Amino acid sequence: MGSVTTTSHDMGLHEEQLAGRTQQRFFSATEEENFTYPWSYEVDFDKTAEFDAADMSITDINLRIRELMKSGHGTITVHNPRAKHSLGVGILNRLNLNFEGSLGYFGCGVIDGPNVHISGRVGWSCAENMMAGKVVIEKNAGSLFGAAIRGGDLVCKGQAGARVGIDQKGGTIIVGDSVGAFTGFMMQRGRMIILGDAGANLGDSMYDGTIYVGGKIASLGVDCVETEMTDLDKRYLEGKLAQYGMAAPNGVENMIKLTSGKQLWNYDNLEPSEKKLVL
Amino acid sequence: MCGIAGLIWKGGVTSDIGSEMTQMLQALKHRGPDSTGFALYGKADDDVHILRFKVAEQDEMKTGFSIHRQVIERKAAVDTRLEELGAEIIKKQDATEYAFRYLFKFDGDLKRLIDFIEDIDGVEILSVGKGLELIKDLGDATVVSDQYGLKGFKGTHAIGHTRMATESDVDIRSAHPYWAYPFNDVSVVHNGQLTNYWTMRRDLEHRGHRFMSNCDSELIAVYIADQIDHGDSLEDAMRRSIDVIDGVFTYLVATADQLGMAKDVMGAKPMVLYESDEFVGLASEEVAIRSIFPREIDTWDPYQGEVKVWAA
Repeated sequence: MGSVTTTSHDMGLHEEQLAGRTQQRFFSATEEENFTYPWSYEVDFDKTAEFDAADMSITDINLRIRELMKSGHGTITVHNPRAKHSLGVGILNRLNLNFEGSLGYFGCGVIDGPNVHISGRVGWSCAENMMAGKVVIEKNAGSLFGAAIRGGDLVCKGQAGARVGIDQKGGTIIVGDSVGAFTGFMMQRGRMIILGDAGANLGDSMYDGTIYVGGKIASLGVDCVETEMTDLDKRYLEGKLAQYGMAAPNGVENMIKLTSGKQLWNYDNLEPSEKKLVL
Repeated sequence: MCGIAGLIWKGGVTSDIGSEMTQMLQALKHRGPDSTGFALYGKADDDVHILRFKVAEQDEMKTGFSIHRQVIERKAAVDTRLEELGAEIIKKQDATEYAFRYLFKFDGDLKRLIDFIEDIDGVEILSVGKGLELIKDLGDATVVSDQYGLKGFKGTHAIGHTRMATESDVDIRSAHPYWAYPFNDVSVVHNGQLTNYWTMRRDLEHRGHRFMSNCDSELIAVYIADQIDHGDSLEDAMRRSIDVIDGVFTYLVATADQLGMAKDVMGAKPMVLYESDEFVGLASEEVAIRSIFPREIDTWDPYQGEVKVWAA
């Protein structure tokens, strides 16, 4: 953004000479820089880098990833993450990120754009609040897998813990094996594909969105109902699973489709009268 | 948000569990820096009981004027009472100025002996067992481990705890693990909060159980002990506890030759499990298990309401 002059300056009303950039920022919807985050970097996928994180602190590992992105590296491999917490968080640009090992809690949280591959497992709250991108985990995941994600694909090829996709607002969560209790709790949008069994209270209080289950369901939560699988669903599932080299154990046609019964949707009726009271 | 950890070597293999548990708990320090506790299980000698007790709190030692004299008096009273009931003291060791480790032989009513010793003002028995040695104090794992010389402790299994005090005071009395008074070799560590603590405590107190602290975790130890007393196996007692105890919890129990874990029905508190042919490791976070196995290992989270028991 260039320096800004005002008419009073043009008219010669000011004698002092202002140097440097103005603190004021003017927003223009057409300006290209508004389409990216201020802290995102332009990277080249062919430029690769790798480092050993065994003796590094969490902050140092995340800073190293940022330094490498800053210098244009688009493919980064991190060796020996050793289940440390909060690795690979807050990445807001495209990037190929590989973790050769396991992550602890809060791995790859609040990301928008990168393709992440984790060869080990992840702890609680992986990819929390993901906006876009892909996270693929080869082994198991902890509880709160993909909490409140808004977009992108989150794939766990092993089993995941309780409360998978709690508060999910978009995107797709795929779990290759079983999931724990309260999966899809208060889900609002998006899709969840579970190839194994689901724990108790599946889809409890879900507002919207779709859950597909390939195995047995311990119990359904409040207002989660089974609906008919359409040809479109089957085609979608086949395509989506093939993308990650996965397949439903009994075929996609035998999966169960669950959505919200919308019986808890009473705020539409309540709101006008309450509004009247308030006004 | 306490941190708990457990390990067991299968098939009666012994290892330096003192160092292993210290490393695991040090890795969990960020989950609770107030106090650290260890329940270590060595090879049991059938005749000899190990008694761990303390006669003062760490804070008292710094501030009390007459405490140093009281410590000596209280210890002497323990000696007198042990001899009075016919226990043969084999060895006396000072772990610190206020905590001691005794080896003794005794054939009589153990509960009576324990009650008689705890009756002394200021004396708290940390553990009695043939394999169990329970050590807890203020500070992180390395501090406590160095203070009590735990590195090099050979044994089969152990549980440990780093505490963030939320439900009761910061002192040794409220630190984990809890010994299941008055049962030989049973100890418990817990991460969570119990909501029906007072109801259950009153019920257990009416049945003659004693509570040393106001910490909700002690209830689990007393409850399990009570169930075992009524003839339950460890696993049955733990399964029943999931329905009876209300609140959020993940806890570990160890006996002379077993290690068990239980998780509440909500799965609200974390637990990561690693199991191989010769070893089982459990911890609130995988970093703790990785502190003794830096190589890539396969781990998973046990599900809500799950109970698992392993034998040494």
